[in-house]
Amino acid sequence: MYQYDQYDQAMVDARVAEFRDQARRRLDGSLSEDQFKPLRLMNGLYLQLHAYMLRVAIPYGTLNSRQMTALADIADKYDRGYGHFTTRQNIQYNWIKLEDAADILADLAKVEMHAIQTSGNCIRNISSDHFAGAAADEIADPRPVAELLRQWSSFHPEFTYLPRKFKICVIASEADRAAMRLHDIGIQLIEKDGELGGRIFVGGGMGRTPMIAPEIRSFARMDVLVSYIEACLRVYNRYGRRDNKYKARIKILVHELGAEEYTRQVEEEFAHMLDVGVEPPRAELARISAYFAAPPFTDGPKTVDRSDPDFALWVDRNTHRHKHDSYVSAVISLKPVGGIPGDATGEQMRVMARLAKRYSFDEIRIMHTQNVVLPHVKIEDLPALWSELDEAGLAAPNMDTIEDMIACPGLDYCSLANARSIPLAQRISERFDASGKTGELGELKLKISGCINACGHHHAGHIGILGVDRKGVENYQLSLGGSEAEDVSLAKITGPGFTEDGVIEAVDKVTDVYLAKREGDERFLDTYRRIGMEPFKEALYG
Amino acid sequence: MKILTGNDLKTGAVIWWDGQNWSLYVDCAADVGDAGEEIMAREEALRRVNVPYILEAEATADGVRPAHIKDRIRAIGPTVRADLTLKPQDPEAIDWVI
Repeated sequence: MYQYDQYDQAMVDARVAEFRDQARRRLDGSLSEDQFKPLRLMNGLYLQLHAYMLRVAIPYGTLNSRQMTALADIADKYDRGYGHFTTRQNIQYNWIKLEDAADILADLAKVEMHAIQTSGNCIRNISSDHFAGAAADEIADPRPVAELLRQWSSFHPEFTYLPRKFKICVIASEADRAAMRLHDIGIQLIEKDGELGGRIFVGGGMGRTPMIAPEIRSFARMDVLVSYIEACLRVYNRYGRRDNKYKARIKILVHELGAEEYTRQVEEEFAHMLDVGVEPPRAELARISAYFAAPPFTDGPKTVDRSDPDFALWVDRNTHRHKHDSYVSAVISLKPVGGIPGDATGEQMRVMARLAKRYSFDEIRIMHTQNVVLPHVKIEDLPALWSELDEAGLAAPNMDTIEDMIACPGLDYCSLANARSIPLAQRISERFDASGKTGELGELKLKISGCINACGHHHAGHIGILGVDRKGVENYQLSLGGSEAEDVSLAKITGPGFTEDGVIEAVDKVTDVYLAKREGDERFLDTYRRIGMEPFKEALYG
Repeated sequence: MKILTGNDLKTGAVIWWDGQNWSLYVDCAADVGDAGEEIMAREEALRRVNVPYILEAEATADGVRPAHIKDRIRAIGPTVRADLTLKPQDPEAIDWVI
């Protein structure tokens, strides 16, 4: 994985020193909260429902065991013994003290991590496929391009004060495992005539106005990719609305101009960009790519003893095909039955770090679905790995099932939320686990958001739940038919909302409709698309 | 009744104005009547509170109960981590929120 050079380290160290001084001045009264707020947000420090919350960047969800151990140490030393992995492949700590914040950033800097640009109207953490560098179906490792964009976007003087926050995603396979078209810019690396380049999608997003990004360029060569992305940002920075934060995202600009006109303006800007010469030299991408060289894989057994049914179930559900046929990528579920999606204790983080070192060439990935991946596990090591995960309570066999739901922190932690998300997730996983329906349902992606900002990706759930505030009482809207994969679609609301108990019943009912109506191997989403909303509405509201 | 809340500047902890000082416990919250804005301005200037605001609450037999669920969760802690609430030994503490 990428390692900081002297410039990266100097930048991060300088930012720690700068923030230490800013925090000191806030604590001694030299800065007011209004003056300090934008400064702390630039360093990922929010003031949330119960305390300060620190969001730490995990670039494209990749980290090593040393970094994971450092995250565990922060959880134990400065927080309350746990952290929360997010849908942007980052980690958040919920109980941070302002007087400790600079020390935490200094600890992060020692392991080449930071919290820069995890908040504010700037280019946020670049996200990517959690199986990057390992997936059998990728045409290239997308992480060198993501790293190039990370370096380009870090402290970019022109894009530090955009109209709104800006999210970029890079993938390199036809299968979309990163919600690429629900980003402000989505890049799919493809090959054309033997040359690598990117398909460019602009103007997707969730939030209060969900939109699927249209394709604006079918192929941008690698040697002009950064220039093209810069042109996309320039048009947005110039014409994106700054008078209304709810209409300030690039998706609104693309929608209002129309994809064709937006594209025309980008192409015009791009022509100028080529003259300006902002494109990094090809040698820079080659330098970065060298850090992402494949580990020294060795041949080994392609099968494993499956006589233990619990182990066999975990292998079936929680492993993913690797580019080397003696290996798989193993998913560590952070969704134990009745647990809090995405939460991991410091001790669990240390276990994952240790296992990554032992079984996965010291590599770890964070999934946007709030789980963790050991990307390169030799098939013959799976029994030992599973056994150690099971001992640590990390072997829930539920990837892509209804128990593997995304849930935002909701009203239990977030000051923006209108309703709680986590208790719903807990109760639904307990209910479906107890009923034994989980396996029968197969792939079913449930996503829960506690407010319209959609951090829980409810618009993209096969089943989505949105918490709303109805006169001070929590209420939940149910939606069906969303997908953030390559068959991307936005979910539609079923009808009037439900109480907490009611929405759990409602989820059960729609799964019953699916089981009654499905044909062959149809997933929930396939059945919904074939039969439409009516049978589900009939069951819910009859 | 009207009460005042905010966060401790150094620690971020949720605090409530008890009439003289800031307390971690909502049960200690005092009715500030019309004096809320004045108290907030003074206490903020002294850096004894961060981002304060006034909220409606009710004085009940069980103590002070903020009107909105968000403030009740602020008062007790996350409903999904009883061990992290201010009353980890009280099995009914979460019921009070709902």
